[in-house]
Amino acid sequence: MNEFIERLAAQASEEGLLDVAYATVDTPIGEVVVAATDRGLVRVALPGESVDDVLNHLAQGVSPRILAYPKRLDEARRELDQYFEGKRQQFDLPLDWRLSHPGFYRRVLRATARVRFGEVITYTDAAKRAGSPRAFRAAGTALGSNPIPIVVPCHRVVRSGGNIGNYGGGPELKRYLLEHEHAL
Amino acid sequence: MSAIDQALPPFQVFLDEHLEPVRAFLRGMVGPNDAEDCLQETFMAALRAYPRAHGGNLRSWVFTIAHRKAIDHHRAAGREQPVADVERAVDRRNSAPPADSRLGMSPRDSAIWAAVAELPPGQRAAVVLRFAADLRYREVGEALGTSEEGARQNVHEGLKKLRRSAAELKEMAT
Repeated sequence: MNEFIERLAAQASEEGLLDVAYATVDTPIGEVVVAATDRGLVRVALPGESVDDVLNHLAQGVSPRILAYPKRLDEARRELDQYFEGKRQQFDLPLDWRLSHPGFYRRVLRATARVRFGEVITYTDAAKRAGSPRAFRAAGTALGSNPIPIVVPCHRVVRSGGNIGNYGGGPELKRYLLEHEHAL
Repeated sequence: MSAIDQALPPFQVFLDEHLEPVRAFLRGMVGPNDAEDCLQETFMAALRAYPRAHGGNLRSWVFTIAHRKAIDHHRAAGREQPVADVERAVDRRNSAPPADSRLGMSPRDSAIWAAVAELPPGQRAAVVLRFAADLRYREVGEALGTSEEGARQNVHEGLKKLRRSAAELKEMAT
């Protein structure tokens, strides 16, 4: 990476001025963008998403003080590498939930974060775990807006009756992840 | 979240857009040896103030900061002009073969920088903003706190002096 930007980002981080650091990770599914605040991982962007859109959304939703600074994402990148290599089943990363709507949506995502590797639940299960059993459609919307996919495993929520359902990164990607986890 | 914040691009995007022009400006103002330090100070100051950088033109804004850093630099060095840089550049010009490739500068560039460095500060900043950083006169004025007409005047006067130095150089060479 550009040496100047690296030095600038390091000093900014040291002085507490770097509100959002981001980096890219090469994975078997393509280039994934990861972003973190001082609280934790705030965003994972799947390969289909434009980096410009992701950064603009972070600028509006968190802070415009954003720089590429892979060092802050070393641990996230390491755990993602291990996940895709089949050497990790559970992420051990602090999460920053601020890009998800507080209330029901966030409860759905928090419940989904506890679904384990190799397991799947239905949208109705997710709604139930978030405290509103009948709100399965809203649960689907909440999962569709998941700002931290893969790490918050919304791909583990499927339709009842065998269809795997929608996914932000496309149904093929959802199938790939579930097969990777031997859940299908 | 206010509408003002929403108008701001991510700092990385702002940096990617302005890094090279600001670097060119600072090289013209403080010389290539000190430009990198000033560059870092400029963008750190910009980052610090960034959430308040609303409205107006971000390009003029960052050059205002860079100009201030260049002035601070000269003040800290206890001189209005970076004489040492000028002398070094002049030395290089006279002694062949010069070791300028290290700085990515041709001997001709060094001669130009040296002549630019001899301009009065206001004219120098205006000339460098116009030609090294490629700003429009309106933006030069915004960055230096003058009117567009004032910026045009400063560039005009500066160029007149540079032409005179160029003519002198030519005479010396023949």
